[in-house]
Amino acid sequence: MSGCSDCDTCGPAAARPDDKYEYMVALAGNANVGKSATFNQLTGVDQEIGNWPGKTVERAEGLLQHRGRRIRVIDLPGIYSITALSTEEQVSREFIAHDHPDVVVNVLDASALERNLFFTIQLVELESPLILALNQMDLALQKGIRIDTGKLSALLGVPVIPTVAIQGKGISALSDAIVHAVQDRPKPRSIPYGKEVEDRIGKIMELLPAGAGGYPPRWTAIKLLEGDPDTVWEAKKQAPGAVAAAQAYTRELEKIHGEPAGTVLSGERYHAAERMVAEVMEIHTPGDQETPLTARIDRLALHPVLGYLLLVLTIGGLLVWTFIIGAWMSELMTSYLSGIAPIQPLAKGSAADILFAGVWTGLVAALTLIIPYVIPFYLFLALIEDSGFLTRFSLMLDRGMHKMGLHGKAIIPLVLGFGCTVPACLSCRIIESPKQKFLAAFLVTLVPCSARTIVILGVVAAFVNIWWALALYLFDFILIVILGRIAFRVLPGESVGMIMEMPDYHVPSIPIVLKQTWQRTKSLIWIVLPAYIAGSIAITAAYAVGLLEPINTILSPVTVLLLGLPLWTGVVFVFGIIRKEMTLLALAAIFGTTVFSTIMTPVQLIVFALVTMLYVPCISTILALAQEFGWRRALGITVLETALAVVLGAVAFRLLGLVL
Amino acid sequence: MASEQLEEYLESILDIVEKEGIAKTSAIARCMKVAPASVTEALQTLSDKGFVHYEPYKGAYLTDQGREMARKVKRRHRLLEVFLSDVLHISGDNVHDEACKMEHTLSDETECALCKMLNAPARCPHGSLIEACDRDVESCSACLKENTPSPTSTRDEPLVPVTSLSPGQKGTIAFIRGDNSVVQRLTDLGLTLRTEIQLVRKAPLLGPVEIAVRRTRLAIDHAIADHIFVTAGGEKAG
Repeated sequence: MSGCSDCDTCGPAAARPDDKYEYMVALAGNANVGKSATFNQLTGVDQEIGNWPGKTVERAEGLLQHRGRRIRVIDLPGIYSITALSTEEQVSREFIAHDHPDVVVNVLDASALERNLFFTIQLVELESPLILALNQMDLALQKGIRIDTGKLSALLGVPVIPTVAIQGKGISALSDAIVHAVQDRPKPRSIPYGKEVEDRIGKIMELLPAGAGGYPPRWTAIKLLEGDPDTVWEAKKQAPGAVAAAQAYTRELEKIHGEPAGTVLSGERYHAAERMVAEVMEIHTPGDQETPLTARIDRLALHPVLGYLLLVLTIGGLLVWTFIIGAWMSELMTSYLSGIAPIQPLAKGSAADILFAGVWTGLVAALTLIIPYVIPFYLFLALIEDSGFLTRFSLMLDRGMHKMGLHGKAIIPLVLGFGCTVPACLSCRIIESPKQKFLAAFLVTLVPCSARTIVILGVVAAFVNIWWALALYLFDFILIVILGRIAFRVLPGESVGMIMEMPDYHVPSIPIVLKQTWQRTKSLIWIVLPAYIAGSIAITAAYAVGLLEPINTILSPVTVLLLGLPLWTGVVFVFGIIRKEMTLLALAAIFGTTVFSTIMTPVQLIVFALVTMLYVPCISTILALAQEFGWRRALGITVLETALAVVLGAVAFRLLGLVL
Repeated sequence: MASEQLEEYLESILDIVEKEGIAKTSAIARCMKVAPASVTEALQTLSDKGFVHYEPYKGAYLTDQGREMARKVKRRHRLLEVFLSDVLHISGDNVHDEACKMEHTLSDETECALCKMLNAPARCPHGSLIEACDRDVESCSACLKENTPSPTSTRDEPLVPVTSLSPGQKGTIAFIRGDNSVVQRLTDLGLTLRTEIQLVRKAPLLGPVEIAVRRTRLAIDHAIADHIFVTAGGEKAG
């Protein structure tokens, strides 16, 4: 078994004892080529989707058992290039170079061979043992494309296996090839570029010491020529001469071509890909690039009027469906679970009683949020994502998102935010520029998540009227747009526009949809559940030792004087930091009634819901923000939103008093 | 008639043609704030010089030569506007008027030097796109690098941003303007020089454009797509 000596850096060793597998292979390839389907087929039911602590991008991994071999399969993120412009590219590149997988399985979309081979050629530069899985062969045939896999294999010097992963075709051949390859380790043939580039690569390689930086010398030379900052920084320590020479060559190359060297090299790779495609591919029907189905659906989905209608119907349907079914299921679950043991956030008694009350309340609270509200929501979202509709929605909303300094792709975290803020914050990783990523996460914390929706429904809709509840929702949306615009101007950094592939529509694959749903739910369980339980214990304990009274008094200048709310809401807001809809439970427990209109006036109810909606993002969100952006920014958002909630609440209290 | 005035006419006609398809005499008169009779006279002159096709009572549209000329003047106008507002800090109202007067006397050499000094700006202060120059370069960075002399040879064919193709129309990438990271991202996705691409559709309200390249389709932000310049090809059947 090779190369996993530094495995202690990439995950809990206990999860992967060394005797569990003999070899390791990595799946790499563009997005939307059926990489996940290939992964699912290879690993079957034996997969575990591991969270890799310390890394910002998640990789799935599973076990392939074939012909008596146990092979660990790592699914790398879907990327188009290894130029390390994004975190996902960086992670993939480092994994292939430093973790030394025994074989890299490059999954390609046979119907878009040229673009896919561009990535293959970069893998060839990394000189790792390689197998090509030429996927979506059926789609290619439909489009009249014939590919001579034997010839492609001969050109690259590595096995090429045709597959239709979604139907399981070619998977056993691929498994066979993997089993052979982990022993043979087929090294791809080096692909020559144009003379003026090749000469310079050769000269830089002569100046490089052997084994510098863990990358192959040819790769290092190419990256130095491209002026890749990481490589330059690494090489400066070991071979300053090579770096200086490379810089001179870069300038020469840029002078000859009149383009940045990185672009020249990418051009060279595409030329190589074009040459290969010309040799191995035949097109029988004059190639229509869209399948008729995709063209037909796009005429509707991207129509200037009907497209937006479809969008509103889908997102509206998503919310309505979730909250009608969700509310019903949540009620059912709560009554069942409280039958097992009573839910009391404010228990008194022995330490064991307090501990139990805390754990149980936290557990019930998390379960009744995740199962009825969040999972159905994510399931539906995964369906529209996998079928290809979500990219169309991104395109349609791109222009609108520009107003907040974001682009179309940010719609994914923002919509996710209606479910739970935590996975929504984590999903901001799909956005390329650091500024836009942070901006999107900030706005996500303001989107009314399911917990906040429960408060608005349970306090305002139930005891004032539904219109004020909707008005609060509307106000929140307006606030998001306004704050987005301000933050866009205030935050340093630049905004970049959207460049996004538009995949063909297809019938969603159930395993992939379930996997996506599980991955999002999982991050919720990992962060939210422990935070709920720990938080509940803390609050129950604080009540037991009589800490709540002083908290009310300390907070009274804000709650009573500024916001005009009853004294005891101070503690309620502290509860809400753990989980926003726990404020409902706390209100009921403290005042001994569930008819909130008897304890607060309509104005107070609205102000209470408004403040709950905006103040401190819940503790799980703060943790997620800290993980993604550091504590300084996480606390910055917390302080800002709390101040905003108090100011707006105080204004609302005074203005609403005139109306209601 | 002075060449300045003719150039002004060409610019107005270009604006109107781009909005309405054909420039009616009355529309030109309104745009230039002159009497319709003067317009008729000017159109006659322009038609004689081969810049426009003019049909009495219907209106005028530009010939290839006229379009070229109008584009060139528009480019100079917008470059000058950037110069006047960003470098000289001339107040907003005067920028347009001053540029209007200066644009007719600018030489090719000065235009090129101005473009380099301003770092090949993409848009004028009012937000309109600055056309690509007609010099034979493959990217703006080639021109901006060090102290290379301005390229003197010119392109054979006029360049248009991919956003001005009509749906279904193809074009060949001639150069991509913009900072290196954006150009790199586009190149990595297959938008290399001399690649044929096809505009599939444009989203409404200056939304992203969808293009087909190397048998894949990409949605690209409108502002980025504005920087992808192509030599336009023919319509695609179907």
